[in-house]
Amino acid sequence: MKPGFLQIDNGKAVAIASIPDLAFDDFRNAALDRVADGAQVVHFFAYKTGQQIRLAVVLRTQHLLVATCDAPHTFPSLTAVCEPFHMFEREIAEQFGLRPEGHPWLKMVRYHANQEGLADIFGNAYEHDIPGNYPYYAVEGEEIHEVAVGPVHAGVIEPGHFRFNCIGERVLHLEIQLGYQHRGVEQLLRAADFKRLPTLAESIAGDTTIGHSLCMAQAVEALSGRAPDAGARIIRTIALELERIANHAGDLGALSGDVAFLPPANYFGRMRGDFLNMTLWICGNRLGKGLVRPGGVLFPITDEDRKVLSGRLNELTPQVAHTIELLFQTSSVRSRFEDCGVVSMADAAKLGLVGPAGRASGLAYDVRRDFPTEQYPHIAIPLSMQTGGDVLSRARIRASEVLQSIAMIQTLLAQPIATECVPPADMTPLAPSSFVVTLNEGWRGELSHCLLTDPAGNIERYKVKDPSFHNWNGLAMALRNTGISDFPLNNKSFNLSYCGFDL
Amino acid sequence: MLTILKNRFEQGYRTSTYPKTKIELPARYRGLPKVNPEASLALAEQCAAACPQDAIDATGRTIDMGRCIFCGTCERLCEGGFISFTRNFELSTAHRRDLITGGDLPALADHAKKHFKSLFGRSLQLRQVSAAGCNACEVDLNVLATPFFDLARFGINFVASPRHADAIVVTGPISRNMKTALLQTYEAVPAPKVVIAVGSCAISGGPFRGSPETTDGLEKLMPVDLFIPGCPPHPLTNLHAFLNFFK
Repeated sequence: MKPGFLQIDNGKAVAIASIPDLAFDDFRNAALDRVADGAQVVHFFAYKTGQQIRLAVVLRTQHLLVATCDAPHTFPSLTAVCEPFHMFEREIAEQFGLRPEGHPWLKMVRYHANQEGLADIFGNAYEHDIPGNYPYYAVEGEEIHEVAVGPVHAGVIEPGHFRFNCIGERVLHLEIQLGYQHRGVEQLLRAADFKRLPTLAESIAGDTTIGHSLCMAQAVEALSGRAPDAGARIIRTIALELERIANHAGDLGALSGDVAFLPPANYFGRMRGDFLNMTLWICGNRLGKGLVRPGGVLFPITDEDRKVLSGRLNELTPQVAHTIELLFQTSSVRSRFEDCGVVSMADAAKLGLVGPAGRASGLAYDVRRDFPTEQYPHIAIPLSMQTGGDVLSRARIRASEVLQSIAMIQTLLAQPIATECVPPADMTPLAPSSFVVTLNEGWRGELSHCLLTDPAGNIERYKVKDPSFHNWNGLAMALRNTGISDFPLNNKSFNLSYCGFDL
Repeated sequence: MLTILKNRFEQGYRTSTYPKTKIELPARYRGLPKVNPEASLALAEQCAAACPQDAIDATGRTIDMGRCIFCGTCERLCEGGFISFTRNFELSTAHRRDLITGGDLPALADHAKKHFKSLFGRSLQLRQVSAAGCNACEVDLNVLATPFFDLARFGINFVASPRHADAIVVTGPISRNMKTALLQTYEAVPAPKVVIAVGSCAISGGPFRGSPETTDGLEKLMPVDLFIPGCPPHPLTNLHAFLNFFK
C-alpha cells in the first residue's frame, strides 16, 4: 500500500492520532494519486479542532482510506486536476470560508454564511433570504432561451431551482441550484442535546429514514463499544430493504405516470403504500421513524409479525411482478424510456455517481456487496447492473432491485428473529478523540456519516453525505441534448433528495 | 391489451370506505397521547427529561402535540404509566393552544369557521408549499392521491398554481432560504385563504427547533387556521382534518 493513508473499516472507530497527519501538499498529492488510480471520493470535508481548521479525506478502493492535514486558508484546488472533488471543495468553501484556488466553477452549494465568520467566498452578504444572488451559467445566441423553474414546484415536492438553457426544445445545459431546504442539520447533530441525535438523524431525509438512522446508529455504536444483537441486525436489514422497495415501487409508478401510462402509475402508487404499511406494522411509523437506535432496535419482529409480513409479501409479490411486466412490455413506455437522458459510464465515473444511477451507467458499486454491514455479509446480493445509462436502464435496475429485496426479506423472515430491544433514551458516552465512518446502501445509493470526537468525547464534527450529493450533477448531465419535455421523466428516474442534499 | 385487462383484474378495487366505516391502524401506531394525571411527579419528570422534543410538561401534566414527534420514548420509559399513545389518528385542531393536551381534543368539526364550510365544503383546492423539513410530510400528503385514499372523490385536489388555490398546506420548519418563496406563494393565493400547517416542523420547528436556519413555527409568519400534528401525520390524520374542517 502506498504511504499517506490509513486503511480503515466501515463502521470501526479508530483513534484520530492514528490517522496520518500530512503536510497539505503531500495530502493533496496522495489524494490525487489515489483517485487517478481509480479510487472514489467518499468524503472530503473540513473540521475544526481547537482553533485549527483541518481537512479530512475518505477514499474508497476495495478498502476505505483516510488521511488528514491542517487546512491552509487558500489552497490549490484538487478539482482543477480531478473532477470528483468538485462538489466537496465547494462545500468546504461554503462551510469554512476556505478558498480552493483554481476551482473551475466555485459557486455556493446551499447559500448560507460560513461558520467561521470569515469573508464570504462567493461575495454573498446573506441579507436576502433566498439563494438568488448568483449569475447563472448562461448560453448566448439568437435562438437560445432560458426556462426557470422553482423553487416552488407544481406538485407536492421539495423546493429547488432549475435553470434550463435551451435551443428550441433541446436542453443545452441544465443548472440546478439547491439550498432551499437548508436546516443546519450538521450543526444540530454536532451541538444539540445528545438525546436528540436519533430523531435528528431520522429527519435528514424522511424517505431515507432507515438509511440515515443506520449510519448514525452504527457510528455511535462504534464509538461507544456497543453492538446490536443478531436479531436487531436482521430487523434493520429488513427495514432498509422495505425502504428500498417502497421508494423504487413509487418511482416506477411515477415514471409510468410521466409517460401517460396510468395503470402502473396507480397500481404502484397503491402498492408502495402497502410496503410503507409493513414498516408501520413493525414500528408504528410508515417511514420507519422510531425503529433504529444505537445498540439495536426499539421494536421486535415476533413470530406473529413474521407471519403477517410474510403473508402480505406473498400476496404482493405476483402483483408487483405483473405490474413490472406490464410497464416494460408496453411499447409506448419503452419508446419514451429508451435512449432518454443518457449518462455515459465515463461521465458517471467522473461525477462519482452512486447507487442505481451509477449502476445504470455501468458502475458496479453497491455498498451491500462492497462494504457490507448488518446482515448483508450473510446474504448473496446479485449485482443489478445495466450499461445503457438511460431512463430505461435506471428503471430496470429499480425494478430488479424491488424483486430482489422482496426475496431477501422473505428469506430473512423465514427464521425466528430474537432480539433484546434497546431501552429508550439510552445514549452511552462516546470514545474521545476518535474517528469513524459508516456507509450503507440506501435506495439512492451510498449513504455515509462521519463522526469525529474531541478529547472529552463530545462530537467535534458530524459530516453527513446523502447519495444525492453525488447524483444531482448526474441529472444535469442526463439533460444535455435531451428534450426539455423529458425533464420530469429524467428527474423521476433519479428521484434525488433535496433535503438530504441541503442538510 | 390483454395484459392490461389481466392486471386491472388482479389489482381489484382498492379505495377505502373511510370515513363511512372506521379504519383500525396497527397496534404499534402511535396516535393521540393520553396523559395519566395520577402518575407520580418523579415519573413525569423522567419522561420530560428524556423527551427529545422537550414536549412534556411534567407539573402541568400535558404534552404538546405540536412539538411531539410521536417517537414513543416517554411511553416506553414509563411503560404507559404517565403517557400512552392511543391508536386514534384524529389529531388536528383549529388552535395551537389545543395541541397542548392531556389527551382530550375539542371536536375539530365544531371549531371550523362556518364560512369555510360554505365556501370550500364542495370544492377545495390546495397548494402545497414544502418549506424545508425532511420530505416525510410531503410523502404522506402525496399518497392521498393514490387509489386507496383517493382525495379527489371528496372534491379536494392539490393544484399547481397558488392562483387556483383556496388554501396553502405548509410543511417543514421554514428555512431562511424558503421564507421569501413561502411568503410570495401566500400572497399569490386569493382571499379568503386558509393556511394549514402540517407536521411537527411547520407547527413548532419539529426536530430542527432551535436551529438559526429555521423558524420555530409557521404562526410566527402568518395566521394558521388548521394544525395537523405528526412526524409525519398519517395520511388518515390529514384526511380526517380536511374532511372535518371543511365538510
